[in-house]
Amino acid sequence: MPEQNSNKNEWPLWEVFIRSKAGLDHKHAGSLHAIDANMAIENARDVYTRRMEGVSIWVVESKYIHASDPDSSGALFDPANDKIYRHPTFYDLPDELTHM
Amino acid sequence: MKNQILYTLQLSDNALIYGHRLSEWCGHGPILEQDIALTNISLDYLGQARSFYQHAANLFNALPQAEKQGMFLSVALEEKIKKGESIDEDDLAYLRDGWDFRNLLITEQPNGDWATTIARAFYFDTFNYLFYTQLKKSTDLQLAAVAEKSLKEVTYHKRWSAEWVIRLGDGTNESHVKMQTALNDLWPFTGEMFRMTDAEKDMAGNAGVDTAALYDLWLQEVAAVVDEATLKMPEGAWMQDGGKNGRHSEHLGYILAELQFIQRAYPGMEW
Amino acid sequence: MTVRDFQEAFDEKIDKEIAIEPRDWMPDNYRKTLIRQISQHAHSEIVGMLPEGNWITRAPSLRRKAVLLAKVQDEAGHGLYLYSAAETLGISRDEMYDQLHSGKAKYSSIFNYPTTTWADMGAIGWLVDGAAIMNQVALCRTSYGPYARAMVRICKEESFHQRQGFEILLQMSKGTEIQRRMVQDAIDRWWWPSLMMFGPSDDNSPNTAQSMRWRVKRFTNDELRQRFVDVTVEQCKILGMTLPDPELKWNEEKGHYDFGAINWEEFWNVVNGNGPCNKERLEARAKAWENGKWVRDAAFAYSEKRKERSGSKDSKAA
Repeated sequence: MPEQNSNKNEWPLWEVFIRSKAGLDHKHAGSLHAIDANMAIENARDVYTRRMEGVSIWVVESKYIHASDPDSSGALFDPANDKIYRHPTFYDLPDELTHM
Repeated sequence: MKNQILYTLQLSDNALIYGHRLSEWCGHGPILEQDIALTNISLDYLGQARSFYQHAANLFNALPQAEKQGMFLSVALEEKIKKGESIDEDDLAYLRDGWDFRNLLITEQPNGDWATTIARAFYFDTFNYLFYTQLKKSTDLQLAAVAEKSLKEVTYHKRWSAEWVIRLGDGTNESHVKMQTALNDLWPFTGEMFRMTDAEKDMAGNAGVDTAALYDLWLQEVAAVVDEATLKMPEGAWMQDGGKNGRHSEHLGYILAELQFIQRAYPGMEW
Repeated sequence: MTVRDFQEAFDEKIDKEIAIEPRDWMPDNYRKTLIRQISQHAHSEIVGMLPEGNWITRAPSLRRKAVLLAKVQDEAGHGLYLYSAAETLGISRDEMYDQLHSGKAKYSSIFNYPTTTWADMGAIGWLVDGAAIMNQVALCRTSYGPYARAMVRICKEESFHQRQGFEILLQMSKGTEIQRRMVQDAIDRWWWPSLMMFGPSDDNSPNTAQSMRWRVKRFTNDELRQRFVDVTVEQCKILGMTLPDPELKWNEEKGHYDFGAINWEEFWNVVNGNGPCNKERLEARAKAWENGKWVRDAAFAYSEKRKERSGSKDSKAA
């Protein structure tokens, strides 16, 4: 039966990031509950790498993740839309030019 | 050769019976993450059991027919052998009776509560770590190869169980008492790991491991963790044994009744 | 922005198939519907471990034992992914467990049927997982990001589940008379409950329209059920077994199989607690959770003590 304060001792939530092979970035894999960082890494190993999905694990307690505000996404990200000169395809160069 | 087979069977039986016990937890663990962790360990042991059984079966099948008969007391297996059929991993796991099983008594002890499962794991994993470190050097290259693979697995198991001993020992009052009780209750089953059978003595020094020589190191490692867990080392010198020679507790019969049910009820079928 | 603006922005995203993410504004009912659906789905995975767990200790070969154990463990993992997805909506896993254990939350009613022979491991893999996969593949494109991502991972892992089930049945169907009998018996018992897994028919499913609008659901219950029947009938031929429905017949005009009426009275009774194993299943889950309480509390207490003692930092990322 549910207790009044059944969540008081709930193990904290962690975010798990896995490097699938050497040379690649760590990528968010999911989350899990663990009592400390050490257990979070072990749990991540048991939960998220059962099929050889990883060679390295990062964990961070979910409450320490700071995220951008989705309501400001216009102000944050739209201004990059018109800076097309930052992309190599912006420049019109002759086909004979190679290795550039 | 007979001793090498018996020795290999002892290792496979340990892994199978222990892995079987752990598999009973699947779906009933204290938290999802640890349910998954325990099942991983169970799968590791099942894998070890299969490798050892396959090796034992190969060794056995290579024997001259005359030497094959009488090695096992089990009627079902003897019948197959008499017909000149070769045997495989499943024959060894599913057709032998309790007195042919050579696993340590500690591996067949019931799961009990989480503390009991942890205490059993802690004693056994710490032993296995030391054991496989030695078996890796076996002159039997098959055993050495399985040991090398298993050592990696057991290194993780040992860390996992030691961490739980510490958490429970140094957790709440309730968990402290439960962990201490579990350590005490299983203590009499630890001596058997180091008391060598004739087959073990015969194998030690080349294909096998001198387990008696591992005791001091094992005790040291166990004591260090127990101390960190704010627990006391169990006392009591009287140790149970017999498992390695086929004399078991009442528990094994029930394990085998479940484990072998289909093969015994519907003999000779492929599943 | 007003609520109306938020609502419009939300609707526009849904229409453009832009995923909704945890911190995005969403209507309360969308959030509630998702929590209900995802947690129900998670509970189904966890309760679903029990009927198959019933045969782990009795699997007929070492290979089958390892496969079954790995499969049931996968279900624990899938439950975990789904609980995590639901947690992004502001409900804790403990709260969801409370809802399950108190009977407030539902889970797939198929897991309230008993597994009585080894062939049931095959039938569950083939039929029950087969039906689940139909549903799950569709959900990989559901509108809520964390749910969709969990489903992608689950579908990837599930692909071996159905295959191993079919393999069990195929092996047995090539075996002895008694083995074939076991297979037919399992199919007879699991076929109709599998069809019920897709839920009530569309004209009796009040939430479907809204869920479709929100793209939480991508196909109706009846659409998925039909798809399942069509593929399963063909697979059954390979086994040389029969499906227990005399009305099952190819309909040339529709390009689908017709099938008999589902016993919805049975369905609702099992959903509402009268299935053969409802009580055992819930008790087993509640017992595991209650027996684990002192363990979780101990780990919590230990971690608090350690923090106090050292104020320590954990090892750095590398």
